[in-house]
Amino acid sequence: MHPAFSIIVFTTLSGLGYGLAAVLGLGLLDASTLSVKLAHIGALAMIAAGLLSSTLHLGNPQRAWRALSQWRSSWLSREGVMAIATFVPLTVTAWFSIVEGRYLSVAGLAGTVMCGVTVYCTAMIYGSLRSIQAWNTGLTPLCYLLFAAAGGFLLASVAGYSSGSGGPVCAAIAILFVVGAWISKQQWWTRLRTLAPLSTPESATGLGHIGHVRLFERPHVNENYLTREMGFKVARKHALKLSRLAILSGGLAPVLLLLVAILAGGAAAVPAAVLAVFCYALGLVVERWLFFAEARHAVMNYYGG
Amino acid sequence: MTSLPSLPTPKKLGLVIDLDVCVGCHACVISCKEWNTGGYGAALSDQDPYGADVSGTFLNRIHTFEVVPEGGQVIGEAGEARIVHFPKSCLHCEDAPCVTVCPTGASYKRAEDGIVLVDESKCIGCGLCAWSCAYGAREMDLAAGVMKKCTLCVDRIYNETLKEVDRVPSCVRTCPANARHYGDLADPTSDVSLMVAERGGYDLMPEQGTRPTNKYLPPRPRKPLAASAGSAVLAENTDGAKGFFAWLDGMLDRI
Repeated sequence: MHPAFSIIVFTTLSGLGYGLAAVLGLGLLDASTLSVKLAHIGALAMIAAGLLSSTLHLGNPQRAWRALSQWRSSWLSREGVMAIATFVPLTVTAWFSIVEGRYLSVAGLAGTVMCGVTVYCTAMIYGSLRSIQAWNTGLTPLCYLLFAAAGGFLLASVAGYSSGSGGPVCAAIAILFVVGAWISKQQWWTRLRTLAPLSTPESATGLGHIGHVRLFERPHVNENYLTREMGFKVARKHALKLSRLAILSGGLAPVLLLLVAILAGGAAAVPAAVLAVFCYALGLVVERWLFFAEARHAVMNYYGG
Repeated sequence: MTSLPSLPTPKKLGLVIDLDVCVGCHACVISCKEWNTGGYGAALSDQDPYGADVSGTFLNRIHTFEVVPEGGQVIGEAGEARIVHFPKSCLHCEDAPCVTVCPTGASYKRAEDGIVLVDESKCIGCGLCAWSCAYGAREMDLAAGVMKKCTLCVDRIYNETLKEVDRVPSCVRTCPANARHYGDLADPTSDVSLMVAERGGYDLMPEQGTRPTNKYLPPRPRKPLAASAGSAVLAENTDGAKGFFAWLDGMLDRI
């Protein structure tokens, strides 16, 4: 699948934003401090930026509102509905923190749950597609949820350390989620790389009873929408290398930096946590790029790819 | 509404494509593009049409495959090795994932005849339906920003201003080899249903669980090359020659 820049930015940013908003909704941090107030604004900004970036790849973005109508059958529609509905408790929680300086548990916890549901809907857009076997597994939403939670606790530990309370707790939980997320991602990769293809050129043409089927000629010499959108391929050796880099940058580095923050504390904690967030975000972008680039679409059975 | 019709549709209009007959001429590709660029919905645009990197929206494309059995590498000499031209357009699936993933309700399956269509005034061009289709039946029109797909020439088949013989999809009407057939696959007595029953018509990628309406007829077993090569062998000997040719044979031997 073609790794579109706007979708990678969307899933990464909104995942981090929803993660942070969900953690803020738990009330682990002091809602009256400036850094937590800024964290609320940051979470909403990341979610909004992510959603706006997702509309960039639409052919007719002026009709995007219509995407809210088919929540009965479509995960994309459900995601749109949930994204907008989730803004309500998140804005209320942010308002109470920023204006009144206190934590409102009802709105906060509702926001946390709804953030989780929204991320789940995002993941199911991909996870529900049978035509893309790599994504069509329960591990896809699991990874998305764990990555969002890990990113949320990482960002929250920055807010916690700079506000002077709640930093070590968030950092410790972040380590657990980062490790959990990459373990499940490793499972996802193992599944992908040992997968027997559901559909083959033989089943795609129904000619397998005669013999081995190989594409002789494409319908045309140049690329088309399908080959551009679904035909993206990444060399396996690069995919392996990139997935290791993603684990190093998005897994190992943040865990070590958070350990430094927890153990050293004091002035070193904030920069260590900030650096951990940057390493994690970089690893996540690589992971998301691979999520698309490595996924093979069934239609490529007709295009020899 | 992008939920699928709850009952099986009373009609299942679709195509039956005969892989034994298709010669790979691409006439159906062109006639489809010609009809549909001026018919239902937005025109089928081309990008860089006169340049080196030309590409465009098509609703029907012909792929060509080489099928080689174990040990039958040389076409015509052993086994069933062959070239198969393979026309492919929307299969109007009964469990069409392209319909249920649509967030706007633009993509729908008609309850009366099972045709899968896109209401272009509702399409936001997100492309998710094209992702969900294992067959590559949907292509985004890059000029209009909406999804295009085979309409089964819905603007021909019910069009009473056309002569009756023309009330079939454009690809079917134009095929010079008669490899494409149109009809109601829900009716077991229709020509297409009989053809499917007789020739063992099958679904593409049944494992995708989409239950396509369109069926494909397999290539018939081929004759070995030697069976149709009698005349070529005769040229090497003159045993059976009679009359003038026997006299000529004898004369030429004596010279």
